[in-house]
Amino acid sequence: MTDGMNLTLNIWRQTGPDDKGSIHSYQVEGISSDMSFLEMLDVLNEQLNARGEEPIAFDSDCREGICGMCSLMINGEAHGPEVTTTCQLHMRSFKDGDTITIEPWRASAFPVIKDLVVDRGALDRIIQSGGYISANTGSAPEANSVPVPRDKAMRAFNVATCIGCGACVAACPNGSASLFVGAKITHLGELPQGQPERYSRVVDMVGQHDHEGFGGCTNIGECAAACPKEIPLDVISQLNKDLRTALKQGH
Amino acid sequence: MADPVTKHPTLIEGARASRTSIALKFLMAVSGLVFVGFVLGHMYGNLKAFAGHDAFNEYAHHLRELGEPMLPHEGFLWIMRVGLLVALVVHVWAAVALWRRAQKARPIKYVVKKHTGAIPASRLMRTGGLTILIFLVWHLINFTIGKVNVQGGETDDPYNLLVDTFDVWWMTLIYLAAMAMLGAHLHHGVWSACQTLGITGTAQSRARAKTLSLALAIVIAGGFSLVPIAVLAGIID
Amino acid sequence: MTDMPDTTLTSDTSHDEPTAGEYDDAAGYYTLGDPIQDAKAPAGPIADRWQTRKFEARLVNPANRRKLSIIIVGTGLAGGAAAATLGEAGYNVKSFCYQDSARRAHSIAAQGGINAAKNYKEDGDSVHRLFYDTVKGGDYRSRESNVYRLAEVSVNIIDQCVAQGVPFAREYGGLLDNRSFGGVQVSRTFYARGQTGQQLLIGAYQAMERQVAAGTVEEFTRHEMLEVIVADGRARGIIARDMVTGEIETHLADVVVLASGGYGNVFYLSTNAMGSNVTAAWRAHRKGAYMANPCYTQIHPTCIPVSGEHQSKLTLMSESLRNDGRIWVPKKKEDCTKDPRDIPEEDRDYYLERIYPSFGNLVPRDIASRQAKNVCDEGRGVGPLVGDFRRGVYLDFADAIKRLGEDAVREKYDNLFDMYERITGENPYQVPMRIYPAVHYVMGGLWVDYDLQSTIPGLFVTGEANFSDHGANRLGASALMQGLADGYFVLPHTIRDYLSEGPFEKIDESHEAVVEARKSVEDRVAKLLSINGTRSVDSYHKELGHIMWEYCGMERTAEGLRKAIDMIRELRADFWTNVKVLGAADTLNQSLEKAGRVADFFELGELMCIDALNRRESCGGHFRAESQTEDGEALRHDDEFAYVAAWEFTEGDEPPVLHKEDLVYTAIEMKQRSYK
Ligand SMILES: Cc1cc2nc3c(=O)[nH]c(=O)nc-3n(C[C@H](O)[C@H](O)[C@H](O)COP(=O)(O)OP(=O)(O)OC[C@H]3O[C@@H](n4cnc5c(N)ncnc54)[C@H](O)[C@@H]3O)c2cc1C
Ligand code: HEM
Ligand code: HEM
Ligand code: SF4
Ligand code: F3S
Ligand code: FES
Repeated sequence: MTDGMNLTLNIWRQTGPDDKGSIHSYQVEGISSDMSFLEMLDVLNEQLNARGEEPIAFDSDCREGICGMCSLMINGEAHGPEVTTTCQLHMRSFKDGDTITIEPWRASAFPVIKDLVVDRGALDRIIQSGGYISANTGSAPEANSVPVPRDKAMRAFNVATCIGCGACVAACPNGSASLFVGAKITHLGELPQGQPERYSRVVDMVGQHDHEGFGGCTNIGECAAACPKEIPLDVISQLNKDLRTALKQGH
Repeated sequence: MADPVTKHPTLIEGARASRTSIALKFLMAVSGLVFVGFVLGHMYGNLKAFAGHDAFNEYAHHLRELGEPMLPHEGFLWIMRVGLLVALVVHVWAAVALWRRAQKARPIKYVVKKHTGAIPASRLMRTGGLTILIFLVWHLINFTIGKVNVQGGETDDPYNLLVDTFDVWWMTLIYLAAMAMLGAHLHHGVWSACQTLGITGTAQSRARAKTLSLALAIVIAGGFSLVPIAVLAGIID
Repeated sequence: MTDMPDTTLTSDTSHDEPTAGEYDDAAGYYTLGDPIQDAKAPAGPIADRWQTRKFEARLVNPANRRKLSIIIVGTGLAGGAAAATLGEAGYNVKSFCYQDSARRAHSIAAQGGINAAKNYKEDGDSVHRLFYDTVKGGDYRSRESNVYRLAEVSVNIIDQCVAQGVPFAREYGGLLDNRSFGGVQVSRTFYARGQTGQQLLIGAYQAMERQVAAGTVEEFTRHEMLEVIVADGRARGIIARDMVTGEIETHLADVVVLASGGYGNVFYLSTNAMGSNVTAAWRAHRKGAYMANPCYTQIHPTCIPVSGEHQSKLTLMSESLRNDGRIWVPKKKEDCTKDPRDIPEEDRDYYLERIYPSFGNLVPRDIASRQAKNVCDEGRGVGPLVGDFRRGVYLDFADAIKRLGEDAVREKYDNLFDMYERITGENPYQVPMRIYPAVHYVMGGLWVDYDLQSTIPGLFVTGEANFSDHGANRLGASALMQGLADGYFVLPHTIRDYLSEGPFEKIDESHEAVVEARKSVEDRVAKLLSINGTRSVDSYHKELGHIMWEYCGMERTAEGLRKAIDMIRELRADFWTNVKVLGAADTLNQSLEKAGRVADFFELGELMCIDALNRRESCGGHFRAESQTEDGEALRHDDEFAYVAAWEFTEGDEPPVLHKEDLVYTAIEMKQRSYK
C-alpha cells in the first residue's frame, strides 16, 4: 500500500476493573483512508495477536452508527472529530504521521471493565425508572384515534434518535447525563400518549440520574457538540421546564 | 415483586423534584438573577459619579431614605442586604454542591480533552465565581464595612472614597480584573439561567438567550469599568 | 385473484432440462428421515385458525404465573417484546443479550419500515392481500397458516407501538403516513424516517425496562448463551457466560425462548452486527432442535459496495431508496471507468426498468440482487476494482432531484445520504450512489410449529431465529412485523398453553443434564484457549466468508457447493488445531467470544451448503444455476421441492438427517412468480 498512513496510537490499557491502567503507545502502518476507525483498530489487534500480545478490548456491534455500542474518546473528543459515532468515523479524517490518543469514556457512573470498554448500565437504569409509557400489550386503542400534530411528531422523532451511547456524559465536564435524560423526556413529553406520566417520569428519571452519580448540568454545551445524533440543547431546557412544572405540581 | 397495577414501577423510591440536581440549579439561577438585578442597579448608581460629587453622594444618601416613612431609615438598604446575603448563601452553597457532584462524577481525568461546543466562559464559572467572591469581600471592606481608603484620605464621603481608590492604578487594575471575571460569569450565567429555567426550548430562543447573555455581560462589565477608568484617566476627580 | 400480475408457468414452457427428481445432488451428504409436520395449526378456514388456536390454548391462572419462569435469549423485537408482554402478565422472566444493553439488539439497524394491513390509504390492502403478497414474495415456500396469522396481527402491532410512543411518520393532519416498499403495489409500510427498527426496538425496550423496574423481568446483559439444557426431554435452562467476569452460569426455568436473531455473519461480510451469531440456535440444534431451510439467505440489493480487504462489515442503504432512485449501469464496458455524469442517457442501461417494465426498480430483493450480479459479471460493473472486477451499479437520484427538488429528496433520505457520504466520501446529491448486493437476512432458522415451538419441547424460537414466515425470500418491512408479532401477540398465547402444564419438576445444578451442559461449555472454552496456534479467529472467519459468498451466495451450483463443503471441512479442521486465542477465560475476552461463534459458523456453513445442494430448484433467495428459465429467471420445482427441509443434527461423522414438511396451500394457489 503506497498511499497508506502511518500513525502513532496512544491507547489506554487496563486489564480489569481493579487495575490502575495506563497509556500504551503503538505504531500502525499502511492505513487506508477508506478504513473506518474501528477497522484501523482491527488491524492493530491482528498485529498484536500475531505477536502474542492480547488484543485491545473495545465495544462495537452494528458498525453503522445506530446501536450506540461503540464509544472511545479520540484525541479528547467523544467519538472523535466528526459529528458521528466512532464506528462511522473514517480514517480520511486523519493524516499521515498523526498521533491519536484513545481513552475510554470517563465517568464514575461508567466504570471501566477492560481497556476501552465501560459499563453503561446506569443509562438503562434511568430508563427503568420512568423512561417509558405504560401501555400493556393488548390495551392499545386504534392507532389513528389519537392524531399527533406533525411538528410535535417531528420533534419527538428528532430526539428519539438518541442511541444511548453516552458520548454526552463522556464529553460533559460535569459528567452529566442531562442530554440523554432530556432527549427521552422530550420524546415522550411531546406525544399525547406520554402526558399521563409526564411529571412523575421526569422526577423519577432525574432522581435516578442523580443517584447513579452523574453530575449536575451547568449548561456548558459540550454534550450536544459531541452527540452523534445531534440532539439539541433544547432538550435540557425542556427537561428543566418539566421538572419545574413537576415541582409546582407537588411531585 | 411489586404489583405493576397499583404501583408505578421505578427503581428509586420517593424521588422528590425538590431534591434533584436540577432543583439546585433553579436556586443557582434564581439567586444569580437576583445578583444580575442588583448589579444593574448598582451600576446605574455608580455611573452617577459622572454627574459629579454631589449627585453621587445624593444618590447614596437617597438609597438610605428610600421607602421612608413606610420603612425605617436604611430600611430598603437592609432589606436589600438581607436579600443579597440570602442569595449569596444560596448561590455559593448550590455552586459548591454542584461542584462537588461534578468532581465525584469524573474522578479520573482525561489525558487529552478538547472542549468542543463550550464557550470559554462556561468553564470559568467556578474560578470566576470564586474570584468574584474574594473581590466582594475586599469590595465591602473597601467601601461599606471597613471603608478603607488606600490613600489614607477621608472615608465617610462616598464620592471621595471612590475617587481616592481608583486614583491608585493597582486598585483600578484589581477592579477591572474582577469586572472581566464578572463579565465572563454573566456571559455564560445569563444564558445558563434561561436554560435552567426552561425558557430556551427552540433554537431561536436559544440564540436569543445567548445574545442577551453577551449583551448583559458587556453592559454590566463595561458599565462598571467606566468609573474606575474615568477616575484613573482623570475624567472624574 | 385476477388482478395479480402473475403468469402461471408450467414446467414444459421452460427448458428441456432433465426434470427435477432425476437427480439427488446431495446424495451421500445426508440421510432421509421421517417426514415432519406442524401439528398445532387448527384445521378449518385460514381466517379462523388463529382465533381457534388462541381459544384452545389452555390458560394459566394469574396467581400461578409468578411461580413460572421463562428464559428469553435475545432482546431484539422478538425477544424484547416477549419479555415485556410476559412480564406484564406476571411470569418470572430472565432476559439475556450479549450487548451491554438490551437496546442494542440488531433490530435497531432496520431502516425502511414495518408492514401492516391497516389499509389507511384505501388502496385495496387487506389482511388477505398482505398474506398473499408475503407468501408470493416468499416464492411459495412458507407455511400458509403462519403467514396468515402474521398478516392478521399486523394491525395490532401498529396500535401497540403508537401507544408506547413510537414516533412514526405522520401526515399534516396528524394521522399516520405510509409508503410502499419493494415488491408490492400498495402503501402499507409504516416508518420513522430511516430509523424504523430503532424506534420500534426502543419502544419494546422501554416496555421491557418498565418490567425490570416492576421486578418481573431480570436482565442479563453482556451474557452469551452457550448451551441449552435439555432435561428429561424438555428445555429447562441455559448455560451462559458472563462476558465481563468469564463466569459460566447456569440458569434454570420452566421454558426457554430463543430470539437470538439471524446468522448472516456466516458470510463474514454482511449487514448484520459484528456479534450476530448462530451460537444460540446452533447449540439448540445440536441438542435436537431441527434447523430448517438453512440455505435460504437474503442478499439485499442496495448496500454500499466493498471498498477493500480490511472491511469488517457492509452497510445497507434502505430499500426505500429504490422508490425514487433509478438503477443503471453503462451499456458499454469502456464507459465503466468514466464519471457517470458524463455518460449520456442513451449509453445507460436502466436494466431493471428494461427487463421488468411493470415493477421496474421495485422488483423484490432477490431479483434486483441477481440482476446486479449479472450485469457486473458481464463486466459492466462500476466503482473501484475489487479483486479482478468492479462490484457496483449506480443508484441515481438526478431525476428525482429534478422532479421533486433537492429539499424534498433531502427530507426523505437525509440520514441515508449522509451515511453514504460518510462511508464513501462521495456526495450522492451530486454523483450517483454506487450499490451492490450484500448478505442481509436469513429466512432459514430453527424449525418451529404453529406455536413457535421447536422440536425440543419447551424450546420456543421467535423472530429471525426461526424459519417460519418468509419462505425462500422475505419482502421488505416484514421482518420487523414478524419479530413484533411473535413477541407481542403470538408467543404469549402459545407459550401459555405449554406452561399450563407447569411448573415442572424442580431440577437443580446437580441434574446430569446440567452437569453435562456446563462441562461441555467449560471444555470448549478451555480447548479454544489452549490451542495456541498461529492464525487469528478473524482470519478464519474471513476465509469461511469467502467460501460461502463464492459458492453459496447469489448463485449456487452442485459442483461449487460440493467444493465448498470440502473446503469448509478442511478449514474447520485447521481451525481446531491452529487457531490462536489469547487472554484468559475469566475476564472480558473478545477473541474468545469470536472464536466460539466462528466454530459454530463452520458447522452451520456446511449444513447450508448441503441444504442448497439438496434443493435443486431455484426459489426466492436460493438460485441454483441448474434451475432457471430460458431468460435466466428462477425456476421452482413444486412437484419436487414444495417442502420445508428440516435438518436433524447427528453426532460424529454421521451425515445430517433430512425431515421434509410438505407445504400445503389451501387458501392460495401456487404460481410461478413473475414481476415482469
Ligand atoms: C441493516 C438491516 C436493515 C433491516 N431493515 C429492515 C426493515 O426495514 N424492515 C424489516 O422488516 N426488517 C428489516 N431488517 C430485518 C430485521 O431487522 C431483523 O430480521 C429483525 O429485527 C430481527 O429481530 P430479532 O428480534 O429476531 O433479532 P435481533 O434483533 O437480531 O436480536 C437478537 C438478540 O439476540 C441476542 N443474542 C444473539 N445471540 C445470543 C447469544 N448467543 N447469547 C445471548 N444473546 C444472544 C442479541 O444480543 C440480541 O439481543 C433489517 C435488517 C438489517 C440487518
Ligand atoms: C459571590 C460569588 C459567586 C460565586 C461563588 C458564583 C459561582 C457560580 C457558579 C459556580 C455558578 C454555576 C454555574 C456553572 O458552573 O456554570 C454560577 C452561576 C451563575 N452565577 Fe454566579 N457566582 C457568584 C456570583 C455571582 C454574581 C455576582 C452574579 C451576578 C451578577 C452571578 C450570576 C450567576 C448566574 C446568572 C449564574 C447562572 C445560574 C445557572 O446556571 O442557572 N453569580 N455562579
Ligand atoms: C467598578 C465597580 C464597582 C464600584 C465602583 C463599586 C462601588 C461601590 C460603592 C461606592 C459602594 C458603596 C455604596 C454606599 O455605601 O452607598 C458599593 C457598595 C457595594 N457594592 Fe459595589 N462597586 C463596584 C462593583 C460591585 C460589584 C461587581 C458588586 C457585586 C458583585 C458590588 C457589590 C456591592 C455591594 C454588595 C455593596 C454594598 C451595598 C450595601 O450593602 O451598602 N459592587 N460599591
Ligand atoms: S444524547 Fe446523544 S450523546 Fe447522549 S446518549 Fe443520546 S445519542 Fe449519545
Ligand atoms: S456539557 Fe454538561 S453541563 Fe450540561 S449542557 Fe451538556 S450536560
Ligand atoms: S457500533 Fe453501533 S453505533 Fe457504533
